[in-house]
Amino acid sequence: MTDQPISAQQEQQSATPSRLRRALDSDFYYAFRRSPVAMVSAAVSLLLILSAIFAPLIATTNPFDPTSLNLMNGFTPPMAPNAFTGETFLMGTDDQGRDVFSTILYGMRISLFVGFAAVLFAVVLGIFLGLLAGYFGGWIDSFIMRTADVQLTFPSILVAMLIFGIAKGITPIEHRDQMAIWVLILAIGLSDWVQFARVVRGATLVEKNKDYVSAARLIGRRPSTIMLRHILPNILSPVLVIATISLALAIIAEATLSFLGVGAPPTQPSLGTLIRIGQGYLFSGEWWILFFPACTLLALALSVNMLGDWLRDVLNPRLK
Amino acid sequence: MLPFILKRVFQSMLVLVVTGAIAFSMFTFVGDPIDNMLGQERTMEDVERLRARLGLDKPIPVQYFKFLNEAAQGNFGVSYRQGREVSEIIMERAPATLELAALSAIFAVVMGIVLGVFTAIRRDGFAAHFIMSASLIGVSLPTFLIGILLIYLFSVELGWLPSFGRGEVIKIGGWTTGFLTESGLKALILPAITLGLYQMTLIMRLVRSEMLEVLRQDYIRFARARGLSERVINFRHALKNTMVPVVTVIGLQLGAIIAFAIITETVFQWPGLGLLFINAIQFVDIPVMAAYLMMISVMFVVINLLVDILYAFIDPRLRVSAK
Repeated sequence: MTDQPISAQQEQQSATPSRLRRALDSDFYYAFRRSPVAMVSAAVSLLLILSAIFAPLIATTNPFDPTSLNLMNGFTPPMAPNAFTGETFLMGTDDQGRDVFSTILYGMRISLFVGFAAVLFAVVLGIFLGLLAGYFGGWIDSFIMRTADVQLTFPSILVAMLIFGIAKGITPIEHRDQMAIWVLILAIGLSDWVQFARVVRGATLVEKNKDYVSAARLIGRRPSTIMLRHILPNILSPVLVIATISLALAIIAEATLSFLGVGAPPTQPSLGTLIRIGQGYLFSGEWWILFFPACTLLALALSVNMLGDWLRDVLNPRLK
Repeated sequence: MLPFILKRVFQSMLVLVVTGAIAFSMFTFVGDPIDNMLGQERTMEDVERLRARLGLDKPIPVQYFKFLNEAAQGNFGVSYRQGREVSEIIMERAPATLELAALSAIFAVVMGIVLGVFTAIRRDGFAAHFIMSASLIGVSLPTFLIGILLIYLFSVELGWLPSFGRGEVIKIGGWTTGFLTESGLKALILPAITLGLYQMTLIMRLVRSEMLEVLRQDYIRFARARGLSERVINFRHALKNTMVPVVTVIGLQLGAIIAFAIITETVFQWPGLGLLFINAIQFVDIPVMAAYLMMISVMFVVINLLVDILYAFIDPRLRVSAK
């Protein structure tokens, strides 16, 4: 944004470098460089997310390909050669000789996929219902917000468990394992929409009385256009902040549900499922089956959480 | 005051009506219990007999009124999985959860207030800084990982405490208690800490910030000027005035403790209601799920209502604004 037309023209001519320049000059980037916590947690999250995306390239074996497994490799401790085959594994192997490092990479894919999808679902649903409630008011508002109140009476993990249980009951037995991931996304997303709806509704109530909304209404724009094209872009920043913090919570919620055995099935194990499986070997001394997935989950949840906290402080200090 | 209470009671009833409808629709629309209960080798007669016994042969409105009527009497029918009365199973499991929750709540409240006051009074000390950073990690750790960590430390490595179950319990009437035997008490320690840790850090941080707020007030400075001892100032004048928000949070967290007991009970294989609920979800045992849902919603609604009313009594401003 500049007030001189000439420099604006120049900026348009060299759009790419100037945009990078602008990003580097921004307050946001300055705050980022000044905060070691933000930089470390951003680096850790990025590393984990990238290694999950490129899991097939990084992983030494595909843990779900039965031909790559050798039962003789079972229970190999980390960084020590197996007694029978002489193979070594970075993080050891589980009971079936699966490389723990590879299962973690693939497990992280499921954890992150469920986390992102659940938050996306919650954000879309929350924005939709929040805009409706805030813009129209009246009985629509009362209905949506009373529903939210009822749901808020209960802890969200309990709501998620209940939705999972009901959805599991509805799906036919033969499809349950395949559907489990989608049911999980639905359950966590539905348990999490309320906070987005509340924030969006509050912001919409403020925005809808501003002049630009009146102007848009005056020239005959439809309510859906006004809500999506005019109001929504102006209220996105708090939504983004809550979404980042929600992502950490969704990852933990997914891990908790899977750990309890009401989440990702053993055929598609997430980090929580791996921890559930590993807990069984704690007493017989095979600590690595539990230890490495637990550490990965912690690193993932902590780094995303800290990034979210930092983002909140920078973008919207009032939410603190 | 009265309109405020009536309004809250009405809202609470609404919550119960909604959860009741959800619980009933679970019965009606989710899965076919006959499929779940009878195996492959079944005759049509078996199916019909079971259908009649579970009351599934009646029309839906009839089933709904029957459900409401029975639910109000604490009767949720027969568990699909265990083939026993749900109310009987719940009565059997309830003492384990209630004892665990009570001990966790006491742990959370006592330790939370003590550590909160300590970190507020010695805010710049090394110990206070250490406790505050430790609590930050405690809040971000998922409950089940804390449980596993404690099991690893105290059961696997040190071998001091049992890692699962309730130990020996003594039966007193319909109640089983683990408070009276050594193994029962030992078995309580790890689950109670796991369950109460999150609430403890929450109460601690709240007490700390409230204390810091109150200690800045003029009447504290005046008390100092009067030459009162630090102990009297901190506990008589300051702590007392931090209690309003603390009481509210403690009240609301009581319900959360019972709900989060689900996770702790699974980690420690604690034979309580939470484990019952998780197993019910895994096996789609609808009567048990519905009963648990109704029970926990009544509990949450009652706690929320009591806290609101209590709050209105403690803080007169709320009464005025409600009118």
